[in-house]
Amino acid sequence: MLNTLKNRFEQGCRTSRYPKEKIALWKRYRGMPQINKDASADLVVKCAEACPQDAIDVANRLIDMGRCIFCGTCERISKGQFISFTQDFEISVAEKKHLLTDGTLTSLADHSKQHFKKLFGRSLQLRQVSAAGCNACEADLNVLATPFFDLARFGINFVASPRHSDGIVVTGPISRNMKTALLKTYEAVPDPKVVIAVGSCTLTGGPFRGSPEITEGLDSLLPVDLFIPGCPPHPLTNLHALLTYFK
Amino acid sequence: MKTDFLEISNGEAINREQIPHLPFDTFHQEALNIVENGGKVVHYFAYSDGGSVKLLAVLRTDTLLVAGCDAPETYPSLTIQCEPFHMFEREIAEQFGIRPEGHPWLKMVRYHPNCRNVPDVFGNNYDEDIPGNYDYYAVEGEEIHEVAVGPVHAGVIEPGHFRFNCIGERVLNLEIQLGYQHRGIETLLTQVDAKRLPVLAESIAGDTTVGHSLCMAQALEAFSSAKPDSGARIIRTIDLELERIQNHVGDLGALSGDVAFLPPANYCGRMRGDFLNMALLLCGNRFSKGFIRPGGVLFSMDNEVRNILIERIQEIEPQVKHVIDLLFSTSSVRSRFEDCGAVSKSDAEKLGLVGPAGRACGISYDVRRCFPTEYYSKLDIPENAEPTGDVYARAKVRADEVLQSIELIQTMLKDPVETDCVGSSAVSLAPSSFVVTINEAWRGEVSHCVLTDAENKICRYKIKDPSFHNWNGLSMSLRDTEISDFPLNNKSYNLSYCGFDL
Repeated sequence: MLNTLKNRFEQGCRTSRYPKEKIALWKRYRGMPQINKDASADLVVKCAEACPQDAIDVANRLIDMGRCIFCGTCERISKGQFISFTQDFEISVAEKKHLLTDGTLTSLADHSKQHFKKLFGRSLQLRQVSAAGCNACEADLNVLATPFFDLARFGINFVASPRHSDGIVVTGPISRNMKTALLKTYEAVPDPKVVIAVGSCTLTGGPFRGSPEITEGLDSLLPVDLFIPGCPPHPLTNLHALLTYFK
Repeated sequence: MKTDFLEISNGEAINREQIPHLPFDTFHQEALNIVENGGKVVHYFAYSDGGSVKLLAVLRTDTLLVAGCDAPETYPSLTIQCEPFHMFEREIAEQFGIRPEGHPWLKMVRYHPNCRNVPDVFGNNYDEDIPGNYDYYAVEGEEIHEVAVGPVHAGVIEPGHFRFNCIGERVLNLEIQLGYQHRGIETLLTQVDAKRLPVLAESIAGDTTVGHSLCMAQALEAFSSAKPDSGARIIRTIDLELERIQNHVGDLGALSGDVAFLPPANYCGRMRGDFLNMALLLCGNRFSKGFIRPGGVLFSMDNEVRNILIERIQEIEPQVKHVIDLLFSTSSVRSRFEDCGAVSKSDAEKLGLVGPAGRACGISYDVRRCFPTEYYSKLDIPENAEPTGDVYARAKVRADEVLQSIELIQTMLKDPVETDCVGSSAVSLAPSSFVVTINEAWRGEVSHCVLTDAENKICRYKIKDPSFHNWNGLSMSLRDTEISDFPLNNKSYNLSYCGFDL
């Protein structure tokens, strides 16, 4: 008993005050990309060729955050002259076209559906479906339940049954072998329901694009309400998206 | 023991012509001899070579051995005489449509058509997209009942199907059918641009990003002039140990949660996050994605980073020790952990269990000691073998390894670490070469085996996650165990679905 109390005292209170207080992430973290429109054409082409995700639109000088895995190759090659990554983790969007960005992002709050806020603003129960995810996205959704993030204090929970949920959170590139199970889970959620796509794989196939075993984009199967980019998205990116879109 | 198999070294490339090409019967007999005398199977797979199909085996005794042969259309199964070939023969049958005659349980591994377009060994119709579409092993009797779980599980975890045959609360057999996560990675690795290779390695299993990235980096380094400097080796070793701590700490918390002792469950969840943030400190990503590349690392460990890391570890070390102490000194935890889901050493040997799952059964094999890569030859790695094979042993091995890894990292951080970061450019590979790389990731032996063709292209990329060996260990643990103890046993292994499914 004494040991339990000693540990409790040593651990202290660890819950973050986000979103009331901003959190500054470490400088090596790569969040919202910034683009220098005036970079030399050579440099843009060089970055696009080196990008392992082919996420750079050379003609329009845009970056596709759905494809991007935030590896920082373009920043390294251009020494920040074309693309640099800021520590801004609030990068989720409500429409897929907004993933293709010149470094500016429309406010997610402006694009959330008002009836969702009304329905789910005080209580949102989500069923997570891992559809061939590598367990990084899953793990960083799971940590939202740990004391630092403590998702439940906002009235948001991950639940065991689709029947108890208001929507699904999908991770992974939706393998051929997981497609039916995913669609059945979606069907089992009562209307009205939300669909949240988490991570580069779910958004566009991610590192696995080109494989006949996967689906390149959840939006080709289901109507997606919220797109959360990253490989995997930082837990704060997930938290920001859920709070901004639903609260 | 005299053998026609060739001795090779971990991470050293050889020309493919040096691989002994044996007549099938000799290959078969020698492989059996080696494994029956205590050897283990690291790889056993098929590959296309021009118009023909060949088999290749990498075995380990106290050294690594390799040999190959032409693949027959069917052959007498090795598994009948020697259990450790069980999964590998099923995999070959699935990937290449080669039937091992008399295999005691020939069923699909990942549920996908074979690459040669020959008739399917299992008679599956792959237009029906459910890996579980088949007759499960069934026990019959009036009081027998079945429990089917998955593929979508009740938590935020990966998909797979578990089929329990029970009598009352007691599990007679647990059958695990995976394949839901299959993404076709091995094929993709032979098709994509070189710039995509490290990114794919990082996504084989996100919780083992460092383990798989290291295996690929070492393989491509063996094929090219890209060599990591001593600083990069230290940084990569630190990162692999960090990954071990992250996962073990998280799982110890989850184990505590599964026996309803909530304080450590919460503390470990939070502390795991702190260790993930240390990876973010090193490279900007909590899972070390975008960090390890052939030739070294993409981020240096300057003194600022090094000092912050030293400080953070110093702060968290006593907390970790105290929570582990709390967990293992609580009698209600001990009574649930002890004697739960025990696997005997002889069963573990036959199943080929590796990593903490193997060490918990008394098999002390650890790649860091036996085939050291990176900086491990300079470090002192304890044996960590526990005799009991139960949940307690698996938890104990993991807890010991957490404390050891913290100490190892502290040792490596004592002096400044200098490295020249590598660029993002892809390396060019040697033609007609072969290499096998092995590392001790947190779940155990992870290994990649790569073959290049005459045009310097990768023509076969074989991946083996430790989970490939260990899933059958979980099945074995559940024999005669109460079904309510499944979550506890499952978490004590915490195996990878995507690492298995590839």
